[in-house]
Amino acid sequence: MSKEDEKGMSLIVKVITRLTVGLILLYGIYIVLHGHVSPGGGFAGGVIIALSFVHLMLAYGKDVALKKLPKTAMSFFESMGAIMFLGIALLGFTGGYFFLNFISKGEPFRLFSAGIIPLCNIAISLKVGAGLFAIFVVLVLLKFEWEKKE
Amino acid sequence: MIELYVLLIFMIIGAIIAIEMKDLLSSVIAVGAVGLGLSIVLLILKAPDVAITQLVVEILCLIILIRATLKKDLPFSTTGRWLLNALITISFIVIFLFIGARSFKDLPEFGYPIMRVAKIYLKEGLNKTGASNLVASVILDFRAYDTLGEATVLFTAVIGVLAIIRRIGRKKKNEVVEEDDE
Repeated sequence: MSKEDEKGMSLIVKVITRLTVGLILLYGIYIVLHGHVSPGGGFAGGVIIALSFVHLMLAYGKDVALKKLPKTAMSFFESMGAIMFLGIALLGFTGGYFFLNFISKGEPFRLFSAGIIPLCNIAISLKVGAGLFAIFVVLVLLKFEWEKKE
Repeated sequence: MIELYVLLIFMIIGAIIAIEMKDLLSSVIAVGAVGLGLSIVLLILKAPDVAITQLVVEILCLIILIRATLKKDLPFSTTGRWLLNALITISFIVIFLFIGARSFKDLPEFGYPIMRVAKIYLKEGLNKTGASNLVASVILDFRAYDTLGEATVLFTAVIGVLAIIRRIGRKKKNEVVEEDDE
């Protein structure tokens, strides 16, 4: 997030973005990690994480946003989330059946409780966040030649 | 209950405005107002998980609609059999309003579900999974197969979009595809 970057929106938007984008990312991580205690969960938290990168990209242009989260990292996180979710489900076979809650349940209302549910939330959030940001990048960046002539 | 009806009427008016507006930006913003109204309705019906998801996805869709599709000058056809279309639309609206108003009266009380499966989830969910958020315990433990299917659908959708609208692909002869700044 360099000051001399000329692309993107005006200075006011850039300053406000610099203040808020970290808080939005942190809020998304909070929603993901507390998905089994309070309302929220993997999908909503993942979309909030994607929205923080979208915010960065709208204000600063594509170079800054894609430097923070390159396309290779996006595809890595997307695939990683899917593999992680499936792997957690397959690990249930160590105790008997698919999607077995094989970690100890713990005490309710604590952060470290509920066995595999927080892990599944993290996997889904990785997948959803990276996937939706990839869709946004692709849909916004690509322009055909006949659109530019207008 | 009265605030629910106020919100629903607001959403119907927003949807009509979204259809009738000639300006694309105004109609996209009206669609966003309908989505925000829906998220408040879900909050009043005591479903905060769905409300959060609806709000967040609505914001993302609004941004994508504004940034990605508004620059295109879409063809706008209003001619044709407008009388038949209007009649069909009005009859559908009347039928859905009637059914919706009937089903509104039979909404179950909060915490007293009609279906037997939901009673078992409510009673034993906390002991069996250890998650105090019952929605998380249902979607990631009791019904985890459904979540796996939903994750697969999203994965397939992302792969499909990236494959169709990729940066370097096969082009037609006189079509130039390139990335734009911003």
